[in-house]
Amino acid sequence: MTIVVNGAALDAPHDARVSLLDFLRETCGLSGTKKGCDQGACGACTVLADGERILSCLSLAVQYEGRSITTIEGLGQPGRLHPLQQAFVEHDGFQCGYCTPGQICSAVGMAAEIARGVPSHVTVDLGGEDILLSHEELRERMSGNLCRCGAYNGIVEAIAETYGAETLAEAAE
Amino acid sequence: MTPFRYMRATDAASAVLKGGAAGARYLGGGTNLVDLMRENIETPESLVDVTGLPGGIDELPGGGLRIGAAVRNTALAEHRAVRLRYPMLARAILAGASGQIRNMATVGGNILQRTRCSYFYDEAGSRCNKRHPGEGCDAVGGFNRNHAILGASSACVAVHPSDMCVALAALDAVVHLRGNGGERRLAFTALHRLPGELPDVDTMLQPGELITAVEIPPMPFAARSTYRKVRDRSSYAFALVSVAAALDVEGGQVRDVRIALGGVAHKPWRAERAEALLRGGPLSATSFAAAAEAELASAQALSGNGFKIDLARRTLVAVLEDLSGEIA
Ligand SMILES: Cc1cc2nc3c(=O)[nH]c(=O)nc-3n(C[C@H](O)[C@H](O)[C@H](O)COP(=O)(O)OP(=O)(O)OC[C@H]3O[C@@H](n4cnc5c(N)ncnc54)[C@H](O)[C@@H]3O)c2cc1C
Ligand code: FES
Ligand code: FES
Repeated sequence: MTIVVNGAALDAPHDARVSLLDFLRETCGLSGTKKGCDQGACGACTVLADGERILSCLSLAVQYEGRSITTIEGLGQPGRLHPLQQAFVEHDGFQCGYCTPGQICSAVGMAAEIARGVPSHVTVDLGGEDILLSHEELRERMSGNLCRCGAYNGIVEAIAETYGAETLAEAAE
Repeated sequence: MTPFRYMRATDAASAVLKGGAAGARYLGGGTNLVDLMRENIETPESLVDVTGLPGGIDELPGGGLRIGAAVRNTALAEHRAVRLRYPMLARAILAGASGQIRNMATVGGNILQRTRCSYFYDEAGSRCNKRHPGEGCDAVGGFNRNHAILGASSACVAVHPSDMCVALAALDAVVHLRGNGGERRLAFTALHRLPGELPDVDTMLQPGELITAVEIPPMPFAARSTYRKVRDRSSYAFALVSVAAALDVEGGQVRDVRIALGGVAHKPWRAERAEALLRGGPLSATSFAAAAEAELASAQALSGNGFKIDLARRTLVAVLEDLSGEIA
């Protein structure tokens, strides 16, 4: 079995100790995914596994054999940026950029959760079918991604423009 | 991290065979175990990945739910039956960790996650009876703001960190176990233990025993239930104190009630005294206060966590008021 990374099938490491994060950065040469804390506390290492956001630092690479990983490099590249990458550029969604790949992968996963109707800690009506991505919902759902530069205003604007309640309402019109 | 073998189990029988071997541990999402292995606090020789075991969320005849141990935390919180019939459980899960961690974490792993006591984590610099039985506890005289106020011992003042487990304790859940000796069931409230003189033993599980499922009995009044978590920041922080409660009211009287507290003890704390005082009594601010008072009567403060006793009382009263307001 192999791990599929951004569409390419790769052999899992022989040493089971290798984290998915180190596998991506060291073996695959995909240094977009960042190591912040290496203990689950910052979100910088967020990637998508079969479309779901996970922390690659708390994952062993071998756990993801047979699954498909998407990193920031797989979402978009210069010249053909993902809409959310473009929005981060336009809204100054970063300063040093260290947290950015994790923020973007996390927000892409979050948007899929909203579309599926997954509630959050701040969702008032647990029985509701549709969830609107208000700023309160957005901040709660993105709380697993810290930004030491405090670029939160730009981050929130970029995500809201791409996936927010107003955007979704416009799209529906 | 010390080297280890990684194996996948596809059914409970083969998992137990592999997991019963010396030095073997089960692996759920890994969000706690991998972290502790990296800190050299856990040093298993082999990991048996049990996330591929069968078992989703199934309706039981009579209205309960059977939840496979490998079900992810997100999947449990988003399930419609949980949201509508046991909202305290959905809310407890959603109050914990982050979106990413909830996608990874399994029900079995959440139940068996270990304490977040900073002295337990400090392998290099602190004494901890949980890590090295008999060496002493640096939390007792140290920074113990987050530590236990109920049921602690002089050997250990750590708390169980889970939010989900507080709801499971309140909901009369039952844990399904499988070991080399066969299968058995255990009341959820009897799974975790108080530290006493053996703080290195977190639970009543036998070595190598596997959690296969958690069963929640039907509890129609739990449709009116909630979970309230008090923490230092509004998201992505462990509980200082939390309360899961369900209230059944008829004609201004409390017909039935379930309450459990989190962040206060070595195990999810089922508030039996408060429940007994409330059951059959009036629905009033006075009785809520008396129940909270009785539950916390045996609380003991450490040097840094005295505030938690009042916080627990007030949070309990506030939750009961919320629930009774919803009903009135
Ligand atoms: C930064 C951070 C913040 C967090 N915040 C919160 C919070 O606010 N609230 C909260 O409740 N939790 C919080 N958590 C903890 C998180 O909920 C747990 O790490 C998670 O639930 C563990 O599940 P897992 O499947 O990843 O367990 P694993 O790490 O895979 O396993 C944990 C333990 O369970 C055992 N195990 C797993 N499955 C089984 C089984 N089926 N049978 C027997 N044994 C089994 C393993 O051997 C191991 O000992 C946080 C974690 C992190 C890293
Ligand atoms: S590096 Fe993974 S959460 Fe910080
Ligand atoms: S932009 Fe620097 S950490 Fe977020």
